[in-house]
Amino acid sequence: MPEKAKIGLDHFHFLYGDVMALKDINLQIRPRQIFAVLGPARSGKTTLLKSMNRLTDLIYGTNHTGHIYIDDQEIYDAQISLPELRRRVGMVFDLPTPLPLSIFENVAYGPRLKGLGQRRRLEEVVEKALRSSVLWEEVKDRLSSSALRLSGGQQQRLCIARVLALEPEVIMLDEPCSGLDPISTASVERSLTELKEKYTVILVPHNIQQASRVADRVGFFMGGEVVEEGPADQIFTRPKDKRTEDYISGKFG
Amino acid sequence: MMISRHTSQKVAKGMVWAAAFSTLAVMIWILLQVLIEGLPLLSLNFFLDTPRQMGRTGGIFSTIIGTLALTAVAIVIATPLGVGTAVYLREYTREGRLSRIIRFGTDCLAGVPSIIFGLFGFVFFVILLRMGWSVLSGGLTLATMILPTIICTAEEAIKAIPYSYREVSFALGGTRWQTVARVILPNAIPGIFTGVLLGVGRSVGETAAIILTAGSSLLMPTSLFSPTRTMSVHFYILAREGISMEKAYATGAALILMILAINTLANWLLWRYVRKVGG
Amino acid sequence: MSKEKIFEKGFFLVAFSSISILALIAFFIFEEGVPLIWRTGARTFLLGERWFPSQGSFGIFPMIVGSFWVTLGALIVGVPLGVACAVFLCELTHPSVSLVLRPTIQLLAAIPSVIYGFWGLIVLVPLIRNTMGGPGLSVLAGSLVLGIMILPTIISISEDSLRALPRTFKEGALSLGATHWQTIWRVLLPASRSGIVASVILGMGRAIGETMAMIMILGNAVQMPNSILDSTRTLTTNIGIEMGYATGDHRQALFATGVVLFFITMGLNTLALFISGRRRT
Repeated sequence: MPEKAKIGLDHFHFLYGDVMALKDINLQIRPRQIFAVLGPARSGKTTLLKSMNRLTDLIYGTNHTGHIYIDDQEIYDAQISLPELRRRVGMVFDLPTPLPLSIFENVAYGPRLKGLGQRRRLEEVVEKALRSSVLWEEVKDRLSSSALRLSGGQQQRLCIARVLALEPEVIMLDEPCSGLDPISTASVERSLTELKEKYTVILVPHNIQQASRVADRVGFFMGGEVVEEGPADQIFTRPKDKRTEDYISGKFG
Repeated sequence: MMISRHTSQKVAKGMVWAAAFSTLAVMIWILLQVLIEGLPLLSLNFFLDTPRQMGRTGGIFSTIIGTLALTAVAIVIATPLGVGTAVYLREYTREGRLSRIIRFGTDCLAGVPSIIFGLFGFVFFVILLRMGWSVLSGGLTLATMILPTIICTAEEAIKAIPYSYREVSFALGGTRWQTVARVILPNAIPGIFTGVLLGVGRSVGETAAIILTAGSSLLMPTSLFSPTRTMSVHFYILAREGISMEKAYATGAALILMILAINTLANWLLWRYVRKVGG
Repeated sequence: MSKEKIFEKGFFLVAFSSISILALIAFFIFEEGVPLIWRTGARTFLLGERWFPSQGSFGIFPMIVGSFWVTLGALIVGVPLGVACAVFLCELTHPSVSLVLRPTIQLLAAIPSVIYGFWGLIVLVPLIRNTMGGPGLSVLAGSLVLGIMILPTIISISEDSLRALPRTFKEGALSLGATHWQTIWRVLLPASRSGIVASVILGMGRAIGETMAMIMILGNAVQMPNSILDSTRTLTTNIGIEMGYATGDHRQALFATGVVLFFITMGLNTLALFISGRRRT
């Protein structure tokens, strides 16, 4: 019995100036699932993610029509607190972006911003987040060393921990494994499967294989539009649209 | 007679080399002129002793204090204003009419001759605000003079911070002020400090504006409202009034050493910073 | 009002400090000086040759002429040398050499003008007096020292202009068979013309605004210089020398001189910005 949608997009259009990057998006994203956003380059996938926590607000000259609801609440409402929204809908970017701080301070950054200052509570929060992103064992002895010294895979898991420390409801990952070696990729994918037990996960996968490994539902995007959307196994074995079929079978992309 | 291209190239290049060398030579000559005569006259006594007989005997202690006091006031005032302007331009607004106006104003301010600053400081701080010839008047005037430098270097420092840092801070629930305070400013400090040092260097060497606003008293300044003399003013007066060439050389040497030290520090910091960020 | 809003408004206000200061400077200089120009009559003030404050005569033409000749002389000295040095740094030496020389140039730019003036007083003035006659305190001395003082400005901006040129200019010319020097003279320098011109204009602004060094070596005679060996005054030295003891109308006349100076330097500065579209500081 499908649960009520966590995130709903209703006739959502998004523009960078005059350029329409997202056209008439209608989606229902369910909680405690991994939703994969699949498609060739420049299909608007990153824009889609950044619209959902309004990181797109940082760019001048952008506009939208339509609605995005999280738990039935319109997120583009003027009353919405942006910091609060972004804590609820966390994002991990495609390139690891540790802040020039220690490992501990990187993970504690979000909670500190929220007002959590007590050392003991921070330590608990940081440890929990690092365990959830499967990084704790590797760094527990050097939490005060610079995060910039970690390897690429470790840095990316640090970025995931940073988001987890805020106890979000939704986690969005934009090609989190690009630039990672197969072992790091596998560990990130493992943590994804664990994450979906508690959170709603939206993933832009690095390739189709990754999507087929971890996704529950898949939305196929092209040119800013949703071409097709459905359960993962249906999309991969019996796609309804020819374009989806072509992409899956590798004819382009 | 046709001169070959290669001959004329040799001649031209030779002339350029000569120009470069003579330029360097003259500049070193100017520095050495003062240093050679002045360095031997420097001693701890000279720095710590008060000037006597209008500077004919004694040391330059009160002028050193005056220099430091004026510079301190200038930095304390100009740095927050300059950094604040840079933060506003880069973090709170986008490139548009307003930012262009602010930048134009800053560039124009940078081009105002120092004697005009002196006139302004005199009529505004000394007379109108009744601060009199004082450390405060001189320091505030200096602050207006170094403000463009601080704005410029602070902006460069902020510009160098990767955009991703900002995006991450916002993505983790940061507000604009939190992002500025926790990510932008701490990472811009090395660059800002270099700008501050440049401002210090300019303050130490400034003369025209200071004579008109801080006066030229050789007495030790005891408060912000005391008149005072800086090292460069002292040097100027000694030389022009012919009071003591010996003391002039010594003061000049001290002045050059101070500027050298400040500039070397600034360059070294810049070099270290560029290496850390770039590499 | 939320903390965020307070900070935003705060930064907004602070950002206007430089414009506000500029406006204040203009306001007060004009407020003190313009009435005097009005009373004396602009033509008399600007073109009059009699500067006798005690008698109420305020004509600054000799100072304008003095400023003009000294600045022109400074450009004659400084521009060829400065551009040559820029070419030297950019084209004729190994990049690592220029890496060392650039901070050195910056350093020399930071040397106070009173030091340059002192050198001029001790070395140049007697030299000129002994070899060429006249008091030594002269337009020639002023031009030479001022020319040296504006070198860092001209060198650094011209060098930046040369470096900013696309490599293809140089490579293209060389591949067509031009010698290195021909490339420099006929391709690179013309291409960086606007940057070099901007540097010249900025150097001019700097030269016109210089006070202390000029007081020390120009001789400060209120006269129209007829030869480069004559003493003279500039607009800046006029203010610098007499401000210490001027009162009433006299003082206002000095502010009025400041008004003229302000217009000239603002005009040059704006022109330079316009030509090069770059930041000055």
